[in-house]
Order: sequence, then structure tokens, then C-alpha cells
Amino acid sequence: MNGAAPAIVARGLSRRFGNVLAVDGVNLDIPRARIYGFLGPNGSGKSTTIRMLCGLLRPSSGTAEVLGHAMPKDAERLRARLGYMTQKFSLWDDLTAHENLEFMARIFGLGAGRARARIAAGAVEYDLERILRQRAGTLSGGQRQRLALAAATLHEPELLLLDEPTSAVDPQSRRDFWESLFTLVGRGVTILVSTHYMDEAERCHRLAILAEGRIVAEGEPKRLMNDIAASVVEVESEDVATARRALVADAAVRSVAQLGTRLHALLDPAAPAPAERVERLLRGAGVAAQVALVPASLEDVFVAATGFRRSAGDRPTNAG
Amino acid sequence: MLQRLLAIMLKEMRQLARDRLTFGMIIGIPLMQMLLFGYAINFDVRDLRAAVVDEAGTSLSRALVGDLQASGVVRFAAPSPSVADLRRRMSAGAISVGVVIPPDFERRRLESDRAAVQLLVDGSEPTIDGVVRGLTALTVPARDGVHRSGTQFFEVRTEYNPERRTAVQVVPALIGVILNMTMVIFTAAAIVRERERGNLELLIATPIRSWELMAGKLMPYVLIGLVQTTLILVVGALLFDVPVNGRLLDLYLAAALFIAATLTLGLVISTFAKTQLQAFQLAFFTMLPSILLSGFMFPFFGMPRPAQWIAELLPLTHFVVMIRGIVLRGAPLADLHVEAAKLGVFLLAGLAIATLRFRKRLD
Repeated sequence: MNGAAPAIVARGLSRRFGNVLAVDGVNLDIPRARIYGFLGPNGSGKSTTIRMLCGLLRPSSGTAEVLGHAMPKDAERLRARLGYMTQKFSLWDDLTAHENLEFMARIFGLGAGRARARIAAGAVEYDLERILRQRAGTLSGGQRQRLALAAATLHEPELLLLDEPTSAVDPQSRRDFWESLFTLVGRGVTILVSTHYMDEAERCHRLAILAEGRIVAEGEPKRLMNDIAASVVEVESEDVATARRALVADAAVRSVAQLGTRLHALLDPAAPAPAERVERLLRGAGVAAQVALVPASLEDVFVAATGFRRSAGDRPTNAG
Repeated sequence: MLQRLLAIMLKEMRQLARDRLTFGMIIGIPLMQMLLFGYAINFDVRDLRAAVVDEAGTSLSRALVGDLQASGVVRFAAPSPSVADLRRRMSAGAISVGVVIPPDFERRRLESDRAAVQLLVDGSEPTIDGVVRGLTALTVPARDGVHRSGTQFFEVRTEYNPERRTAVQVVPALIGVILNMTMVIFTAAAIVRERERGNLELLIATPIRSWELMAGKLMPYVLIGLVQTTLILVVGALLFDVPVNGRLLDLYLAAALFIAATLTLGLVISTFAKTQLQAFQLAFFTMLPSILLSGFMFPFFGMPRPAQWIAELLPLTHFVVMIRGIVLRGAPLADLHVEAAKLGVFLLAGLAIATLRFRKRLD
């Protein structure tokens, strides 16, 4: 297997459920030994894409090649080289942590000696030693997720597909989880992870932002923030409500999001002198405020890329 | 390959041992059914409540009452002073049969054109009338030197079950009914439960093969079915004196074949149902025809043709023939090879359908 070849290549990958086009012409080139993120709201096609990549769903059109195997035709041969964590905890609640690991080791055909060694190593690595005898159904969200990751990596897969692995997990556990992912990447594992957390997306080597089944932005998080197709103006004011009303009425303002006493306004990049424009608007409304042009956050990128539809609590886009 | 199969089996047995409800069903359903069918559902009617009005009061009339009592079909409560009282007790539901012996009983007995004794029967209950009509063969007291107004033409002997006890007819076939009921329910839920709890998505993303999953899920239940078979046989012997006339090995082989065939029916259901509730509904849907048409309740050849065709498609029909043959008639399994072959076909077809229908995909 050529180490330089991408782990996943997809071209025009689409999936239709009845009248709904859940995934629409997705192209992917996911490099090896990297964490690649899917960022998008619920229903943006993240899970459907991941399921097509591991052969659980057939694409309506388009092609996908995963570790050199054409999907879904060659899915069975991929299975032994792939680790998959479903969105919902899907190990067995009525088996203990140890029994779950033992079962998965057998299913992946690990010999008795290797199974024992891998389970012991996983227990240390994912801090499971004290809960091995506990039923999985009684574990906390963070414990379950560590158990699921241990189970998915027992057979030392080259590729991990993680579908919103941290959606039911506290912040500390999320940090620990990401530490584990970077350790795996250090060993050469390729990881594709979907999330709707901005901070997690920012940790990925590369990122695809999905909206309504399409990739609307793709690249390294830093580059995405630099290349944002909008001017970001931060407004700090005592009278946030009036300031907001003044801004959303303007044609150049694409979206306004509130963060405490601050507002983040995204303006059409074609509009000249955005900060001055905002100051002018606020003066006109009689609002005292501090205004500054700031670098974009990933959230700004996300709002800009998803068509200014998701600016919290704001009325829908006023962009033409 | 074998490792994965064993892994599934071990997992199923562990989960089963921890699922108290299912575990209770394994023991509870056979026991409940045995007691229900063994005691309550009784095709031979005995101990009907009866009362007599003996207006003759002779030694012969008392002998007649004694004969009736001895038949076991009726059990006499306190005698009534008059026919009117007898009718009142019947209408109140205190008795089902009334025996009226008229004052001129001795004379009537010698006249062949008039009945000597009148039987009053409660016609509101379905089976009693027929049973009591059968009694009339008995009601002619045949005593030495007395003219017999009705000669018994036929002597009836019931083979394999000379005492004509229902339990003997019911219990062996009941093994089939109980296995049919529990096995279909267990496996019908087996795959659907994994789907409902979200385990299946993980499982089908592993290298496991469809048939390994199917066979691994099925095998622990074959064992459980044989345990149930033993339980029914033991309870049948202890409570109802049901003998096993054939070879035990034949019995267990036949039972294992039937269990496997029934389990595949459950697996097929499992591949159709989307939820556990649907699986249970489908399982019940197959249960009633099995109980009614299999020959367990009504003789197979007495049913109309279309009912027989449906019955041929039910594994229970073939098992009822086999198990009655082995347990009651002492038939060797080799004599029942046609039925065994039909069960075998059913098993293979079911496994093939279930494996083909089950896809390691979500769409």
C-alpha cells in the first residue's frame, strides 16, 4: 500500500432518501495520518457520508475509495482495517466493559494472546482499568466513550471513522479524548471525525464544513479563518438590542451574533471600510459603542460558509 | 470463522442469563401452559354436577344411580324431592345434569317403546349435551335375569391411551406448542433488539458474516428448547403420568430438528420487523394458526382441504405427528422420516431466506 496515497478519495458522492438529497456531490481527498473533521449542523449529511465511506449505505451516485477499496463493493475487505464509532453508544449495555472488549476482539479475529494484550493495553491507555468489571450500561458518558474508542482500536485499524464521538461528554473528557486521538495519529492512524463543536473542529488538521449535504468550505482551520469571505466587526455596547436592530437593517451586514455584551457582525467583503460603516450606522441609531475590525473565529467562518443562515437568534439572511 | 460464531453464542448466552424476564419466560411459559392445558383444558368431561329425583325408590333404581356415579362422568349432589326442584337447581346453574326416575320405573324398564329414565341436560354449555348423550349407552341397568332393552353392539377400546385421558393426548403435542410459542418469540426479537438498541450498526461494520450472526444467535436457543422439552416431559410424567414409549434419543433428535426449524421462522420474522413490537405481533400472527391447524386440537384429516394446505406449511403440524408417534405409539424415528424431512426442508429454507434477507447495510 502506497503510504503517500490519500486514505479516502470521494468523487461526486451523493445519497438520496426519497425526495431528500442528504448528501450532494461530495468530493474528498483525506490524507493519511491526519485528523480530518466534518463540521456541520444536524442533518447536514455528516453521518450519511461517514456511513457511505464504511459501506453501510450505498451511494445514489458518485464513487468512494477507502484505503484503496472501492465502496460499497469491496466493503467486506475494508472492515478488518477500519474502526468505526457510531454516533450513539452501540456496545452492549448488559455486558461488562471487559466482556464487550473481549467480544469485539473475537469478532475481529484476534487470537487469544493478542486479544488479552490489546485489551490490557487499551485499558491502560483509555483509563478503563477500574471499570472493566462494570456493566457498560452503568458507565458515565465519558467512560462509555473511552470504552467505545478502546473497542474501535483493539484490532489496530489504519482508519478510524468517528461519528460525533463527543456529543454526550463533559468538557474535560472531551479534552482527554482529543489527546488520545492525537496519540493515535502519531502512530500513523488516519482519523475522520464529525462534530458540531467549533473548538473540536479547530483542532483538526483539515476540515470540511457541511451544510445541507454539500461541502461549503474546506481546508486547514487557520486558512479558513484567514480566507473568510466576510469582514468581521466586533461591537461592544451597553445597549446591545438597539445596536443589533441598527445593524441588521443595513444591506451590507450579512449576520449579527451576540456574545454577552458584544456583537459579532459579518459584513459583505465588497463593502469598503467596514468598521467605519458600522460606527456610522450605530451613531445614526444613537448608540454609544466601541467598534473594531477583528480576525474571524471558526464560528464566523461557519456562519459565513453556511450562507448566513445560522446567526443565533437573528432573523434569516438579509443578503440578496 | 468458528471464533466469531462462538463469540456471538457466548454473548447471547451471557445476555440471556442477565435478562430476567426472558429467563423467566423459558421456565414460566412451559409450566403455565402445562398446568393450563393439563388441568383446565379437558376434552374428556368428568364430574359433571348432577342430581337425581328418584320417585321409584327401588333397589334397581338405586343400583342405576350407583352405576352412573361409577361411570365418573357425573357426580351426584343431594337428591331433589321433585322435578320442579331439579329444574330450579339447573336454572340456577347448580347442576348440569338431572336424572329423573319415574315411579313406574320398574314397569317402564320392561317396555322397550318407552324410556325408563329421563335425563335433563343443560343445553347452554356446548360439550355437555354430547357427553351425556354418550351416557345413554350406560343407562340401561343390566342385571341378571332381566330383559335388556338395548344391546351394546360395539365394544370400544382406545389404543395407546386406554383410559382415554386427555393429558396423554395433549402433553406430547404440547411440547411442540410451547416450543413454537417461545422459540419464535425469542428469535423474532433477537436481531430486532440489536437494531433497536443501536448495536447492529456497529456489528455490521465488523468482519462478521451474516450466517455467523444468524447461526450464533440461533444455537443457544436450541439448547434452551431442549431444556424446555425436558421440563415438559418431567412435569408431564410427574403430574399427568404421561409415559414415553419411544426412545428418548429419537425424541430429542426430533425436538432439536423442530426447534431449529421454528427458530428460523423467528429469524425470518426478525429480518422483516422494524421494532420488537412488530416482531412480537408477527410472532403471534403465526402462533394461532399453528395451535389451531397443527392437529394439536383438531384431527388433521378432519379439517377442510384449504386448512390442511396451510397446516402443511407449519412446522408444528409435522412435529405433532412425530412426537405423538414417538412418545405414545413408541414409533422409531426412522418410521417418521417423511415428517423429519419436511422439517429439514423448512429449516434450510428458513435459514436461506433469513441470511439472504439480512444485509450488512443500513439501506
